Amino acid sequence: MNNTLHLDRPSPVHRLAPEVKIAATVLFTIVVVATPRTEFVAFAGYAGLLAVVAVLARIPAPWLLKRSTIELPFVLLAVWLPFAGHGERVDWLGLSLSVDGLYGAWNIFAKGTLGVLASLLLAASTTSRDLILGLDRLRCPSVFTQIATFMLRYLDVLADDARRMRIARLSRGYDPRFLWQVKAFAVGIGSLFLRAYERGERVYLAMVSRGYTGRLPASEQGRAPVAQWVASALLPVASAGIALVTVLS
Amino acid sequence: MDVRAMHIANGIVNGPVSAIFAVFAVAALAYCVRRGRADLDERLAPMAGLVAAFIFAVQMLNFQVLPGVSGHLLGGTLAVILVGPWVGALCVSTVLIVQCLLFADGGLTALGLNITNMALLGTAAGYLLVVGLLKVFKNLGATALIASVVSVVVASQGFVLEYALGGTTSLSLSTIAGTMAGVHVLIGIGEGLIAATTVATVARVRPDLVYALRRFRTPAPVEVAA
Repeated sequence: MNNTLHLDRPSPVHRLAPEVKIAATVLFTIVVVATPRTEFVAFAGYAGLLAVVAVLARIPAPWLLKRSTIELPFVLLAVWLPFAGHGERVDWLGLSLSVDGLYGAWNIFAKGTLGVLASLLLAASTTSRDLILGLDRLRCPSVFTQIATFMLRYLDVLADDARRMRIARLSRGYDPRFLWQVKAFAVGIGSLFLRAYERGERVYLAMVSRGYTGRLPASEQGRAPVAQWVASALLPVASAGIALVTVLS
Repeated sequence: MDVRAMHIANGIVNGPVSAIFAVFAVAALAYCVRRGRADLDERLAPMAGLVAAFIFAVQMLNFQVLPGVSGHLLGGTLAVILVGPWVGALCVSTVLIVQCLLFADGGLTALGLNITNMALLGTAAGYLLVVGLLKVFKNLGATALIASVVSVVVASQGFVLEYALGGTTSLSLSTIAGTMAGVHVLIGIGEGLIAATTVATVARVRPDLVYALRRFRTPAPVEVAA
């Protein structure tokens, strides 16, 4: 897979077992979302924790910033909230803004950004194959891991077949690009599906005949050692500590 | 791939409501896993993977219709027609989980909400319509088109329900409902066209692969030895 977010780096974060990282990311995100939105100091603390992880994982800040633009549609929603929200209003630079809307905007922006950054760090430090292995070790039902395995495999099959069909069409002198030629595009999607299916069926039968029984062979290293669980538990534990301290103070 | 899908992010809907929907999604998916296992035979396993990959690719097409309101194709109807309701729901939720973990798309704590809307509500509405309409029309393409439009709108109204229960900011609900429905009718038409052409092509060439046509399959004639 060349289009995932994985960044290959020699770092202690990359060497952690995938199930450990998934658990840490999920717990951290739950702590972030559960924090009351007025605890501004806590959110700064969470950002600091993520910065430490990013440095440890050797993931450059510009890379993270560029990928986090995925969140942009919701940031736009956040910008719109202070104008549309109800309740008490404040005047700022001649604009009448809703207090509830302002808090709501901050809430979405802070929790959304922290969540996206945490997921990005996970995706950057783990290959797609390892992620599925991690889900499998976390007792995710094998139906899911099986579908996910095939899905990631077939994405490349789909992309390759699409490229072949496009080259075949171009080399026959046809390049549909206008609305009235949309039929060529529509028919192309249907036959792309069929071609990819038949290729995928061959891939599947080849896997079955080589002993595939619904689970990819586990890599040589076994379950994650306790030390790795402890190391990655630092992130959720530290964030829970920050949350407790700021809420209680 | 710079066009990305976008699902509900963290912090849009509050914690307790997200947790309730997460529990609901887990319970519903556990039921789908039980029912889906019976369907997942030799032929359906690669089909399910391919449908998931196809939905994944299709969800990358994002419609930015209004600032802040983006929508994308959901693919639920395509999935139920090709692999049936149980495996279809599993396919869509696998796509959502992988997008969340591998592409940071959609909040981890909002996974329950996203799965409820797109994998459960959308596919359920799509499947019921497909079953009903196939009896009336006998035309898979038209069925797929109509079922897609309705299932996408139903899924979008799932978000409105969740926002009404646990939205972090009070907004006029009728505005949200109207905007979401309007945007998703357009998306549904786009999705319906893609689903209809795909399904029609597959049904013409390999009708044995279409789950929705199973009931129309005639049993193989039994040769009687003279």
